[in-house]
Amino acid sequence: MRALASLLLLIVSLVSPAAAQEDRPAEAPEKLEIGISTDEIAISSDFRGADLTIFGAIEGYDPALLAQRKYDIVVALEGPKDNNTVRIKERVFGIWVNRRSMTFELVPESYSLSSTRDVETIADPAVLNGVGVGIQHIRLTPVGFVGDGSNLTEFRDAFRRLKESGGFYQRDPGGVQFISASLFKATVKLPANVPNGTHIVRAHLFRDGVFISEKALPLRVMKTGIEQMISTAAYDHSLAYGAFSVFLAALTGWLASVVFRKD
Amino acid sequence: MTVYLPIAELSVNIFIILGMGAAVGFLSGMFGVGGGFLITPLLIFYNIPPIVAVATGANQVVASSMSGALSHFRRGTLDVKLGTVLLFGGLAGATVGIWIFALLRRVGQLDLVISLLYVVLLGTVGTLMLLESIRAMRRSATNQPVSLRRPGQHNWVHRLPLKMRFKKSKIYLSVIPVIGLGFCIGILTSVMGVGGGFIMVPAMIYLLRIPTNVVVGTSLFQIIFVTAYTTVVQATTNYSVDIVLAFILMVAGVIGAQYGVRVGQKLRGEQLRALLALLVLAVGARLAVDLVVTPDDVYSVISEGVYR
Repeated sequence: MRALASLLLLIVSLVSPAAAQEDRPAEAPEKLEIGISTDEIAISSDFRGADLTIFGAIEGYDPALLAQRKYDIVVALEGPKDNNTVRIKERVFGIWVNRRSMTFELVPESYSLSSTRDVETIADPAVLNGVGVGIQHIRLTPVGFVGDGSNLTEFRDAFRRLKESGGFYQRDPGGVQFISASLFKATVKLPANVPNGTHIVRAHLFRDGVFISEKALPLRVMKTGIEQMISTAAYDHSLAYGAFSVFLAALTGWLASVVFRKD
Repeated sequence: MTVYLPIAELSVNIFIILGMGAAVGFLSGMFGVGGGFLITPLLIFYNIPPIVAVATGANQVVASSMSGALSHFRRGTLDVKLGTVLLFGGLAGATVGIWIFALLRRVGQLDLVISLLYVVLLGTVGTLMLLESIRAMRRSATNQPVSLRRPGQHNWVHRLPLKMRFKKSKIYLSVIPVIGLGFCIGILTSVMGVGGGFIMVPAMIYLLRIPTNVVVGTSLFQIIFVTAYTTVVQATTNYSVDIVLAFILMVAGVIGAQYGVRVGQKLRGEQLRALLALLVLAVGARLAVDLVVTPDDVYSVISEGVYR
């Protein structure tokens, strides 16, 4: 059984690169290589945001195109993904009530973008939408969406605006700099309220507005400290946490009645 | 000095939370109430998410009702049997309440319903208390004798079946209204984060005709267990009990309560009740304003936390 499975896996791994190459220009010789010094970051609870530097190189580039600055690099740090619901309040009998809502499927909790220049000028919106890179082009797919789509834009815009104003989504046009001909350095920001979990560093290479290749690396972000211990306990051992909360309260109450006893 | 609240996920000034806990503790000692109905709205005003405020409020009430119930127990003004019957209803009500809470959260109406319930409840209780205390003040001004209804009088409640004898309270009463009352208060505990003493005490006195001396102790006794149960269930279903916040509040609260009791003994009853009524009305009015005023941003976004 296991032998069969590994054989299947082998076939799949042999077949899939060929299949993947078919929907991309096969003639593109350029490849992107990136590296980060660590694949795990421990953050203390007084963390107020930081920069993360990623180094990379373009391999198999065309020197003439490079000299004309035809290559563009976009590096994104995507946070862990989760369903997000956007709600809008409307006035009902004088009271503000959440009325309509839309849930987007598996969008990153945080998103920090760094590029050689403004992403919107690198490629056509259609290309960016296809790759899903850029705050305006992240895939926002509504869950169980039925309707004419007229208010889809409204909710997407609200989502992006709220994420940007909350500091979860950031962009830095000019955050990617070439240090030598093909070697580059990208700076992405970890927001102060960076979500715990596996983030993904995703680098995209564009040549003259055409998407060439992509390279991704995982980055585990772990918060440390007493606050994080409490929050982990609350989520992973919720029964014990709840019982301890009650115990602490009962103890405080009992102590107070003993200390302030009037005899 | 700021302290980070791990569940509410925000930094707060520790002295503001201490002050809040001490002030509410002072008032609860002065007026003999649990204080949950004040602490939860105050936390919401201080931008603590309502879901955390409610669950943490319930946790804080465990401490304040514990210290209160113990002193009543020592004085012998606690009917354990009556409290246990109330508790059966209370636990059932709290279970239903948690279910309602989770449902409201799912459809995105939790914050609204919490605020609305507080406005209605605080408005009603505050108005009734104010009217009653004004009447009492008028009476004492004109030196009229206080005409309390005789506790021996019977109403429809006393014709119900399934009667039980409660020796400590010296009454013979059907368990149906007792469990029913516990049930209703249990729902309020899990949806609003209150102990419910401020409703339970009048209901026990006027509806069930339970002697006044055992009412407060007995209600505190059952509040301990219902709020403890609610805390555990909130922690396991909604992950919304903030132990750091709760601990700061309860320490400040139990200390504040001791001073409140001393001040309360020097003030006159009806004036005290009028003051509390005004305070209750003010908190209710503030919550009502927030419901009506146009919000800064009509949009809001929340992460489902499913993949956490």
